[in-house]
This record gives sequence, structure tokens and C-alpha cells, in this order.
Amino acid sequence: MRKGYDDPSAFFMNDSMHDFDCIGEYNRNDVLKEKEGIAVRKYIIKRILISIALLFLVAFIIYVLMRSLPTSYIETIAREKSMQPGSKSYEEWMAQLSASYGMDKGIVAGYISWLGNAFRGNFGDSWFYTVPVLQRFREVVPVSFVMGLIAFVLELLIAIPLGIIAATKQYSRTDYTISIVALAGISLPTFFFASLLKLVFSVKLGWFDLFGLVGRNYEQLSTMGKLLDKAHHLVLPIVTLVVISIGGLMRYTRTNMLEVMNADYIRTARAKGLDENKVIYHHAFRNTLIPLVTMIGGSLPGLFSGALITETLYAINGIGYTSYNAMVSGDIPFSMFYLVFMALLTLAGNLISDILYAVVDPRVRIA
Amino acid sequence: MSEEKKNYDSEVSENNQYSLNDDRRVKVLSPGALVRQRFFRNRIAVVGLVILIAMFLFSFVGGMISPYKEDQLFYRIDMQDKAYAAVTENKEYRYTALDTSKFTSIVQAQSFLAISKQAEEFEYRGVTYQLVKEGTDFYSVWQDNQIIGIAYKDIISTVSPDTKLSFDFEYAALKAYTHEASAEDEEGKDYSQFVVDGENYRIDEDGNILKGNEPFAYVSKYIVRPSMSDVFLTQNFKDELLESIEKNETDFYFTDTDGVNHEYTLAYDAKTQSWAVNQLTETRVYDTYSSPSKTHWLGTDRNGMDMMTRLMYGGRVSLVIGFIVEIIALVLGVILGGISGYFGKWVDMLIMRIVDVFYCIPSMPIIIILGATMDAMHVDPQVRMIYLMLILGFLGWPSIARLVRGQILSLREQEFMTATEATGLSVRRRILQHLVPNVIPQLIVSATMGIGGTIITEATLSFLGLGVKFPFASWGNIINDVNNTYVLTTYWFIWIPAGLLLLLTVLAYNLVGDGLRDAFDPRMKR
Repeated sequence: MRKGYDDPSAFFMNDSMHDFDCIGEYNRNDVLKEKEGIAVRKYIIKRILISIALLFLVAFIIYVLMRSLPTSYIETIAREKSMQPGSKSYEEWMAQLSASYGMDKGIVAGYISWLGNAFRGNFGDSWFYTVPVLQRFREVVPVSFVMGLIAFVLELLIAIPLGIIAATKQYSRTDYTISIVALAGISLPTFFFASLLKLVFSVKLGWFDLFGLVGRNYEQLSTMGKLLDKAHHLVLPIVTLVVISIGGLMRYTRTNMLEVMNADYIRTARAKGLDENKVIYHHAFRNTLIPLVTMIGGSLPGLFSGALITETLYAINGIGYTSYNAMVSGDIPFSMFYLVFMALLTLAGNLISDILYAVVDPRVRIA
Repeated sequence: MSEEKKNYDSEVSENNQYSLNDDRRVKVLSPGALVRQRFFRNRIAVVGLVILIAMFLFSFVGGMISPYKEDQLFYRIDMQDKAYAAVTENKEYRYTALDTSKFTSIVQAQSFLAISKQAEEFEYRGVTYQLVKEGTDFYSVWQDNQIIGIAYKDIISTVSPDTKLSFDFEYAALKAYTHEASAEDEEGKDYSQFVVDGENYRIDEDGNILKGNEPFAYVSKYIVRPSMSDVFLTQNFKDELLESIEKNETDFYFTDTDGVNHEYTLAYDAKTQSWAVNQLTETRVYDTYSSPSKTHWLGTDRNGMDMMTRLMYGGRVSLVIGFIVEIIALVLGVILGGISGYFGKWVDMLIMRIVDVFYCIPSMPIIIILGATMDAMHVDPQVRMIYLMLILGFLGWPSIARLVRGQILSLREQEFMTATEATGLSVRRRILQHLVPNVIPQLIVSATMGIGGTIITEATLSFLGLGVKFPFASWGNIINDVNNTYVLTTYWFIWIPAGLLLLLTVLAYNLVGDGLRDAFDPRMKR
């Protein structure tokens, strides 16, 4: 977790000088802005280049890992595949494997050939789903994204206000309750919570189905009915996601808010007799937004990554459940794609949050 | 005057306040004691500590106290319906050959065709066979005026199990039984009497064959076959059974010659057109999913093992794995982070890029893939557990390395480090005695919370069946049973206790970690 920039005095100066800048020394400010712009652009370009280099490195490591899985395992998979009725022969499977991953070549040469294919958008055919990897990916990713997005928005709507309340009423009963609930959410194993939800809402109350994204009579429904059916089936997974991840966000908000509340400029704001509400919501909250915005920006790519465990538990055919099945059944092309995709998302998230940090927080630009 | 006195008094008491007498001296506490004091003042953290201690006692001491072993199986006596016999009404011809070389199965089939055509003779492969109707549904097949076999629908069973029936006897008995009264019947001849091998037999209307006055065998359309080959069904049993079947009863009681009562249930199976006779017998089965009781406080699991004991041993695994993984991660992280932070320059650059790479590698999918690989290779569960710890530890070090590096970078610039350099301490001593102790508080806090996270990861993997494997228990693989929807809905005691233990333990680790952070650094208290 990124710590907020810890030099309140600099910010205070900046804040109070702002009006003065705008009126008086317009020209100087303009020049400064230009310099800043160049610095930020340079910084962003540097970060992007580093991220690309990292992505190649991570993809290479993943490739090596996939290659160095004991060969007997790959042979086993090829043998299993060849045993299926109407399947290609064992030799053909092995040949396909070697061809798509350059198994006959050395590791570096193989990686380069894989990379070449990947650049052309060819990630091979999934063994488990027997369709091109990208096609399968396109089919399943929307569900994951919708689910992730709804859960994320709910998380923000619940966690941020609660975190701020906890921070403003530090050491009160509310604060302790919120903190303990947040910790409990962090400590709650996803699968246990999902099982509890299923027991209560699916089995005892019978409100939801235990598994799946669509109901039994899905095909007979109208377009609107289909949408509602899917929404109905997504309720429990989204609740699970929200409860599991709300704790972390709540603590993050609280910590950053407290950090801001301890800052000198807040003391100054209070000292000059400002209304407490104004201090909190005008001065403190706006500064807490810096770490929040960078964090939120950094989480956006993650919305595409799906929820591996939650989707698996509820058998929602999103990217998480799909790749879980692929990984467990030894579907190397799909797993390889998924791993690289995840690495890409992580890098993109870090990149976005770094850039946002530089853009949102003027102190970083000047430093 | 009185006011002056008061003033004097207060002056004395003020002087007392500033006196340096032993009883007035401020108690001096070591930093460690201060931390301890602050920690124990935090009620929530103490609750976490108590939960943790309880968990450790439960897992480690509980496992020793428990009267059962980790993988001890329990049995129960169960009343199970076991197939005892089957009754079918014979509607097809059966064949008995005098000479199997002549009355082969093909000839049998040919004779059946002839019977259905009501022919008197038939030909097969150039051989002519004569078919003689001897009685109702009873035919004999002849070749060259020699009888070679018979086709019949009524079945003869002997009264005593040791008797073997000869072909001649069957032929004669069936002839007598199926005899149809007609005009051709000789006057005064009793067709119910027959002689085989010089013995006189008589058959009554119920199909009982008497040898002299002793019952010898009986004829019936029903076939009653015992399910076990060593069981011999008496005629009495069969008669009563058939009576029950004709009355369409579902229960059948039989008192054998020793006066012992037996209870059977009858069920008609339309598909095979037979009655199944089931007997309730006592069977020793695994005591699976038994409800909580005095002997098994939390019932038994799907294998018939004591749940409470499994939870204790599972706790050992979960807690120990958390520790070992964290130790591996700490050792790697402190060494690499320390080197990176202290030496800086290209070493720092290199190590931090490695850390960046590790941050990008999606750890959960990697662990799942490795778990599936180990599944495919049938890795021994014990070896697997070691691999699991190594993998988790190896994936966990980068965050610690980053923490240590950051701390060392900021500490390196502080005055006391300059002082160590000025006093000429060796690098080794500077790192180990001056830098590391200052990093330790943060390390302890992050490790405490890290153990909680590791326990969840391990439990999730075990839940998915990719972590700790049977016969070893872990809280995760105990809950694994909930994948079976029937268990989820019916047997709360299988998965809720394990889940609660898991939740409490991780929560306790986090509470203690929080408390420790506040205690170590009161300025950062939040």
C-alpha cells in the first residue's frame, strides 16, 4: 500500500499561495507549468518504458515456468487428450505442443517465437475449450467486468464514507466497530463466507440459485428477463466480493484520512476557527482524495482480471472460473495467456496509479 | 494566619512532588517494557492474543489430549437391506439334456421354434428330431428313438440340499405333474404315481413329490434363488414366501425350524419381472457424517474420522504452515532488502527490479497451476506440503524486501548511523546491531499480518483441493467437503466450525498485528 506523501508544510505553502499566483505572477506561473508538464511527460514516458520492459521479462519468466513444468506432465496431458474419443493422436498433440511453444527450440528461441505469435494476436487453441484462446476470452470477460465493476462501485460507496467517519471519530465506539468489522472482512476466507451466504440465502431462504449465471428457464425468457435473470444470479457473488474487499479499502481510507488529519494545515484550519465540517470535508477529505484517486485508478485494470475464487465458488463463467478450469486441467495455452494477461493488468494498474499520483499531487511534480 | 498555613502546606506538597526520594522517582521502563505496556493496554489486541493462544492450545495440546488419532476411523453398526433371495415366475422353457453333445443349445433353440409352431418334428443340419408333447408345457426331444432332452416350464427342487436329481427322475416327475387328463388315459392307472430306479414316488396336486411317505421334492412354476450360494432355501420357506407374494404383501415374516424369526421385505421389480427378497442385516460401516454426540463432540467427517480431532490436527498444519512460510519469506526478504538498502547503486537497482517482477507475477494462478501439476504427478502428500510452503514463502518475500529496503534507506541517513560510521564499526556490526534492530518492529508487524494472509491462502488452496491433501488435515481441506451441496445443506458441523476457527485465527493475527504496530510506534497510532 502506498503511503501518502508526507510533507504537509510544502502543501500548505502551495495551497495558500495559490490565489496569489493566479492574480499576481501570471507569467511566472505559466513558465512553471510548462516545466512541470515536461517533467511529468518525461516521467510518464520513463514509467511506460519500464513497464513494457517488465512485461517482457515477466512473460519470459512465465514462459520458462510453463516450459519447465515436468515434461512428463505435458506428455500426460497429450496422452489424455489423445485418449479422448475422436481426438488427434498422441504424436499429433505433442507435435502441436512443440509447434505452438517452440518446445523443440531452446528456451530463448521458443520464447521469441511465442512472442511473435502473441503479437499477431495468436495465443493458440485452448486445449480444454477447444477454441482459440482469444475467442474464449472474449466470450467470458464481459461477465467478469460487469461483476467487478458493480462490486467496485459498491465498495467505494460503502467503504470511503465509513473510513472517513472512523477517522473523524477516532477512538470512539464507531471507530472501533468499523475497524473491527473491516478487519473481520479482511480475515474472512472467501470460500467460507460464500458457503455461509449459500446456506442462508440459497438453501434456507431459497432466494438464489446455488450455482451458475443463468437459471433453468433462461432460454424461455425475454431479453429483459434474461438480463434480470443474470443480475439475480450475480447478487451473491457481488455481495461476496464487496464484503471480502471492503475491509481493506475502509482501512486504507481511514489511515490516509488520519494522516491528513494530523497534518499541520488541518491544525491551522482549525486554529483560524473554521467550522469542523468544513475542515473535514473541505480541507481534509480533498487531500485524502489523492491516495484514493491513485488507488482507484490503479484498480481499474484489475476489473478485467475477474475474481478467480469467487467465480469458481459460484460457477460464474467469467474469466476467473474459465481460467481456473483451464489451469486445473493443464490447458497450457489458456493458462499462459491468462498469466500474461494478469501481469499486464498489474503493470497497467501500477502505471496508472503512478501517473495519477504525479498528475494529482503537485508535490510529486515539483520534487 | 490560617491562610498562610495553607500556603505553607501546599508548598510542602509541591516540594514533595519534585523531590527525588526513591518513592517519588519516576519508574523507568525499558523500551521493551514500554511496548509491552502499550500493547497490553490495547484491549482489542489482547483479545486477539488470547484467541491466538487458545488456538495454539487447541491445536497442539488438544491434539495430545484428544483420545483419538488424526486418521482414526470409526465404525457404526447399520441395519442395511441386503438382497437375500430373488423370486421369478418362470415363463420360459428350460431345457435339461440327457446327452449334452446331442441336445446342444442350438438344438434347444430349434426345439423351442418347433414347440411354438406346434410341430411334431424338426430338422437341423440334416438330423431329424422328434418332438413329443408329454403334458402341459412339457415336451421331450427324441433323436433316432432315443430321448436326448426335455423342455419344461415347471421346476423341480429337492427338499434336502444334498440330493441330486437324475434326468430320469425329472422326466418322470414332470410327466406325472404335467399330465393332462384325456380320453386316451388308461382306465384305473394312477398317473400321479411313477417309478424311477426301482423307487416308488407319488406326486400330489400341489406338486409335492413323496418318496414313500417322506417328502422328497416339489414342483413349482416359481424359481426362488438365494443371493448367496451358501444359503439353502427350504421348501417351507419357499412356500410361505410364495404365499406372501401371491397376497401382494410387502413384508414377510418367517420362523425357521430353530424358532428364530426373520423379517424380510418384498419388492417387485417390473423390469426383471422378479421379486426381490431383502433381509435387514447388521452391517459394520464407516461412521460417516454422524451428528455431534458425547463421543464425537463435533460429529464425524466423510471418512468416519472424529471432526474435533481433525480440527486440532488441521489447526497444527494451518498454524505451522503460516509460520514456516513467513519465516522463509522473512529470511529472503530481510537478506535481499537489507543488501539492497544498504549497498544501494546497481545492487539496489537489480534487486528492486526483481521485486518488481515478482509483484507482477500473478501468484494465485501460479500456485494453482503448480498444485494441479503436483496432482497430475501424484506427489506424496507430505512432500507436497513442503513444496507448498516453499512456493508460498518464495512468492512472499518481495513485499518484505521492499519494506526492509525502505526502512534502511531512511535509517541510513540518520545521525546514529553516521555515528556508527564515525566510531569505525564494521559493516557487519553496523547492519546487524544498528540497522536491523530498528527495522524489526515493522518486520514483526508485517510478519504477524502476513501469517494471517498465508493461512487464508493455504486454506483457499486446500479448499480447492490443491493444497494440503488427505490424509493430512488442514482447516481448508476440512471445509472442502462443502463443495458437496448435500453436505452444505445438511451437515453444518462439517464446515462451520473449521470456518470459524479459520476466521478467528486470521482475525486474531490481524488484531495482534495492529496492536503491535500501535505499541511499537505510538506516534503512528491510528
